Amino acid sequence: MGLVSAPVDEPSDTPSSADAERPQRGGPPPTSVGPGEEAYLGTLGFLEESPENKRRARNIGIAYLVAAVVCLVVFARGDGGVSTFGISDDSSFSVAGIPLAWFTAVTLAALGGAQIMRGTGKWTAAAASVAAILFVFTFMAWAAAGQSFSLTGTLQDALKAATPLVLGALAGIMCERSGIINIAIEGLLLSGAFTSALVGSLTNIWIGIVAAMIASCLLALLLAWLAIRFSVDQVIAGFAINFFVLGLTSFLDSRVLTRNPDYNSVKTIGDIEVPILSDIPFIGPILFEQSFYVYTALALVGIIGWALFRTKWGLRTRAVGEHPQAAGTLGVNVIRRRYYNLAMAGAIAGFGGSWWTADVGRFNENITNGRGFIALAVVIVGRWNPFGALLAALLFGFADALALKFSFLGTGIPSEFLEMAPFLVTLVVVASFGRGARPPKALGQPYEQQ
Amino acid sequence: MELELRGITKRFPGVVANDDVNLTVRTGEVLALVGENGAGKSTLMNIMYGLYHADEGEIVVDGTPQTFASPGDAIAAGIGMVHQHFMLVPVFTVAENVVLGVEPTGFLGRIERDEAHRQVAEISAQYGLDLDPEALVETLPVGIQQRIEILKVLFRNAEIVVFDEPTAVLTPQEIEEFFNIVDALKAAGKGIVFITHKLKEALRIADRISVLRRGKTVGSADPKEINEVQLAEMMVGRPVQLVVEKEHAEPGPATLSVDDLHVVTPEGRSVLDHISFDVRAGEIVGVAGVQGNGQTELVEALTGLRDPVSGTVTIDGSDITTATPREVHDARIAHIPEDRQRSGLVGAFSVAENMVLTSYASEPFSSGFLMNWSKAREVAAELVEQYDVRTPSIDTPASNLSGGNQQKVIVARELSRELRAVIASQPTRGVDVGSIEYIHAQIVKARDEGVAVLVVSTELDEVMALADRVVVMYRGRIVANLRRDETDHSEVGLFMAGAKEQQPA
Amino acid sequence: MTEVANPPTPEASEPDDPTGPSNIFTRIWARIDTTNAVVLPGLAILSALIIGAFVIALSDIDKIQDGDWFGILDTIVDAYWALIEGAFFSLNGWSETLIATTPLLLAGLAVAVTFRAGLFNIGGTGQMLLGGVFAVYIGFTMTGPGPIQVPLAVCAGLFGGMLWGLIPGILKARAGVHEVISTIMLNFIASSFVLWLLKTDAFGREDRADPISKLVADEGRLPRVFGFLDRPELRAHFGFFIAIGACIFFWWLLERTTLGFEIRSQGSNADAARYAGMKPASLIIISFAIAGSFAGLAGATEVIGTQGRLTQTFAGNIGFDAIAVALLGRSTPLGTALAAFLFGALQAGGQNMQVKTGVPIDLVLIMRALIVLFIAAPQLMKLIWRVKTDDASTGPKFAGWGS
Repeated sequence: MGLVSAPVDEPSDTPSSADAERPQRGGPPPTSVGPGEEAYLGTLGFLEESPENKRRARNIGIAYLVAAVVCLVVFARGDGGVSTFGISDDSSFSVAGIPLAWFTAVTLAALGGAQIMRGTGKWTAAAASVAAILFVFTFMAWAAAGQSFSLTGTLQDALKAATPLVLGALAGIMCERSGIINIAIEGLLLSGAFTSALVGSLTNIWIGIVAAMIASCLLALLLAWLAIRFSVDQVIAGFAINFFVLGLTSFLDSRVLTRNPDYNSVKTIGDIEVPILSDIPFIGPILFEQSFYVYTALALVGIIGWALFRTKWGLRTRAVGEHPQAAGTLGVNVIRRRYYNLAMAGAIAGFGGSWWTADVGRFNENITNGRGFIALAVVIVGRWNPFGALLAALLFGFADALALKFSFLGTGIPSEFLEMAPFLVTLVVVASFGRGARPPKALGQPYEQQ
Repeated sequence: MELELRGITKRFPGVVANDDVNLTVRTGEVLALVGENGAGKSTLMNIMYGLYHADEGEIVVDGTPQTFASPGDAIAAGIGMVHQHFMLVPVFTVAENVVLGVEPTGFLGRIERDEAHRQVAEISAQYGLDLDPEALVETLPVGIQQRIEILKVLFRNAEIVVFDEPTAVLTPQEIEEFFNIVDALKAAGKGIVFITHKLKEALRIADRISVLRRGKTVGSADPKEINEVQLAEMMVGRPVQLVVEKEHAEPGPATLSVDDLHVVTPEGRSVLDHISFDVRAGEIVGVAGVQGNGQTELVEALTGLRDPVSGTVTIDGSDITTATPREVHDARIAHIPEDRQRSGLVGAFSVAENMVLTSYASEPFSSGFLMNWSKAREVAAELVEQYDVRTPSIDTPASNLSGGNQQKVIVARELSRELRAVIASQPTRGVDVGSIEYIHAQIVKARDEGVAVLVVSTELDEVMALADRVVVMYRGRIVANLRRDETDHSEVGLFMAGAKEQQPA
Repeated sequence: MTEVANPPTPEASEPDDPTGPSNIFTRIWARIDTTNAVVLPGLAILSALIIGAFVIALSDIDKIQDGDWFGILDTIVDAYWALIEGAFFSLNGWSETLIATTPLLLAGLAVAVTFRAGLFNIGGTGQMLLGGVFAVYIGFTMTGPGPIQVPLAVCAGLFGGMLWGLIPGILKARAGVHEVISTIMLNFIASSFVLWLLKTDAFGREDRADPISKLVADEGRLPRVFGFLDRPELRAHFGFFIAIGACIFFWWLLERTTLGFEIRSQGSNADAARYAGMKPASLIIISFAIAGSFAGLAGATEVIGTQGRLTQTFAGNIGFDAIAVALLGRSTPLGTALAAFLFGALQAGGQNMQVKTGVPIDLVLIMRALIVLFIAAPQLMKLIWRVKTDDASTGPKFAGWGS
């Protein structure tokens, strides 16, 4: 019976408000099927084609065909220039756009046909990745036709642009793995950016960063407190925090920072070239000529990824996010664990927010401009796994960097469309890959401990 | 060790769940705590385990009063609990579930997996539980999952083990195995508290029986000196009819026919494996089986909630295989869903609104797009009267009603129109005895009026009491289709466990 | 939004009961759940005002440095006085309040209808933008006559918003994309799209470098409410009546139609709705289409009523404020209208406050965020204000994450 969430055995024939609360609490209602329901079925004939799978396979196939048509209609009709992709200062390679477009179109059409006819089975993901890379590359060749395009520079920018997303997503993963929905990532980043700019201006950037971590940590604790102590709907609470931070930082920006420019001027942090490693061709400049934010973010991905799946902390955190009652009945303090993890998540997000300050040296109203929401999508696309989130963030960072590059190149694509690219990519990617994702089971459900 | 609950009182808003309850259990004995649904058994055990705090009374361990602020304190005091709904993390391995909270760790909190596996395997072997520490829990059958729960308790050196409705999800054969484990635990000097509403089991395994009724201890009994009828009377507070009264069935032609039905989940698991059976007019077919053997999917496929890959479902010859739930409803098939709170009622809606939840779209409750609420209320008021739904008014939110009355709202809604077939899934789960008797009578009445009735229940007793014919499901297949008067509990139990399969005639 | 544990809300137990008390006011009052509909929202607003006062005080750096504590108190009093004065103390104030209320109410209904269906529409901004695009196009391409052009532009706006609203609905119903993510992304996309449109020849004004659309013809503007007074500064227009009409439609839809019953069932218990033969996928799409239509109307009334042109930022924060409006109004028709009126007054007063006292109008944004928080946390309000009642709800709830 619903063990922790509601009184279970109220005498019959007595109206009970406790009874009323059950469905709302989200936990399995007392009369629901036990956890073993799936168990027997797991051993049955595995992975047969269900109608849903067939439909999905067909949709993917159609997507391939659409992409192939786009290749033919748009990319194969460019002005036919050859685009040059720079790999390093003195080496580059050139691609003729139109033949590449034809090649891509044929490949996509073939994949689409195969997918619709008989499905690509376990190769679906691999085929989709290859197709996507090919398509993007064709797009780049088309857009940069007749010009030269620094591939290294773009990838370097992609990693840089992905950094705040990675940090935001790590904060999201920490929260959601412990069962709390965090749509306040945007607000946490923004508060980090503001605090580091203000405190950084008054002292120095390093103290500013610490202050940013503390500020966002406090906000994350506010979210935790509302969600845990008062069972506030976590989506609404997170939303309100975003809203609050946006209002507060804008208010203080126009009332304090604008009037006192000294309060909004920070020495930026430059890139650190890692000796020797940065001399590796191609990879060196991309990976090892970056700011310390990039190195820290990559290190955090490794540390959190390891800790989540290998340590006591990780086991308990995942247990709390999947089945808090199970953890609670074994004496794990669910609520304390959630507070701790939210505090850490807040600190990480605050650090991520200070990235903007360290990058541009000042705070502007709404400087994060929706990156926190993309980080949220990164969490989902990355399947609540730090390494997956890194990959997803790189994808979005790449879209960002590409948009930036193309606006410099003057490709004829309106800059407004380039600006929407990351958001459009998010929507498409979540729509294509979001469904199979399996969020932590207890996500968003209040846990009640008497 | 001796654990004593003294004068425990626990109130929830509007309800006194436990009222001055006294209970004692010692190591080396089995105490059965019986009471019907809603008697306060689980609340009491949650207090004993530190999940709830009593408003009054105290917990005394070996003569010393203790306060359990959390399950951690109860565990430290030597109390372990096996919950009715297993407290297992499905995506964890057996060992991870067992060591959670007491993990053997090394550098930087790294979990020593090998050590954990060794410890788990050792205790598993010691009590003959036969568990693989590395298996993923979600891939294991319910019986095995229960053993993990037992292992978790033993791993923490519990002296007193509380089992909350442990047999609800087991086959009769697994129940026997379970009793063997209980005997082994008793022999190893553990004290057992066995919570159940199944009187036969209490009489079979207990050394002492305590009876809880409406939050109060109404007495205790020696299983050697009391019989089932006396115990039932003690539990309910009045003489109870243990069998359903019904005439001999006189089935007509097949009304609801299922032919070669094959259902696959979106994840690609085959959950209904080409099954066929008929339900005839004026006949109750009971579907027996351990929870999770495809019964839920069968009902969903029949009621339009799930599309089969192949096979057909017909009602009086017309095909409803791919019908929507609305079309199934319009084909005069009633559906009593297995989980009333999740899918049978809208708790925030009034009784009146719930009464028209499935028929709001047709005359007389609406004319296409506009609702006719005055008519709906009129009908709702009649049904509340007719089906003995105890509610302050038809405007009361359904969530304020007791489980039994909520179920009566559904029964009234579904059975009050002209029908060809009834599909009732777990019609009396979590309902008080009075309501059970009433609902059973209504189902039999529908049968006597010539309706084809399919009753799905994981309570074998319920199936055996109601059914004219028994269909047994095992792993998505129908392994037996038997006439009720030609079979008995133990034979059906063998089929349920998959130990036996009926040869196609 | 499941409000399972709530006592019957006014509309949840809305019977067509001819035998009730004859006095309509006693009837309405008897049905209002005082704790949740009156006391707690009132306390939420009061709390937000108090915290807002602290924010004003702490940001007054100069006076803090001077230790001018009474000066700070003066600032707070002046700011709040200007807030009230700007909203109510003149006909112009009332006119501005009505102007601000109109889009808030329409966008608030856009959120409320999704709340009632258990969905969360953060996409009001994008839906308003598209509504504005469609409405302004009719506005500047046609030159009357007004009685044809104005309704046409309003319908175009409704249609534009509906189209944009359909996208998250379809994405949710067909691909399982959580509406919180899709609507946020669609806001950004709509905003960039509008910016691009405004640079095209078809929409942009030739004589201006900044992104601004051609002007709506005078015949195509919504008539002014106070037109008979011959005071051109009274900008309030008939959009307000459209908003009131939409509000009444919302009530009728929820309480009197089968679709409304389905939407409420879906929102209260999606599983039960599906079991009862309702179609969750279509309900999700329809709810979002209705929501988009309301928001599109908000965009249309802004563009052909208040502003007479389209800009990228005309929707401002209205899409977000609308969430606060719907939450504060508990997604009921009457509540949403009252909440929109309150926020409209705050908006109108906030402008006056900014002009007169220099306290940025962003303060209003902060206060709205706080009101949302406090409304969502009735237990917090009870704790802070020591309200002793058992019937406080646990706040609105949505379906979980994932899909």
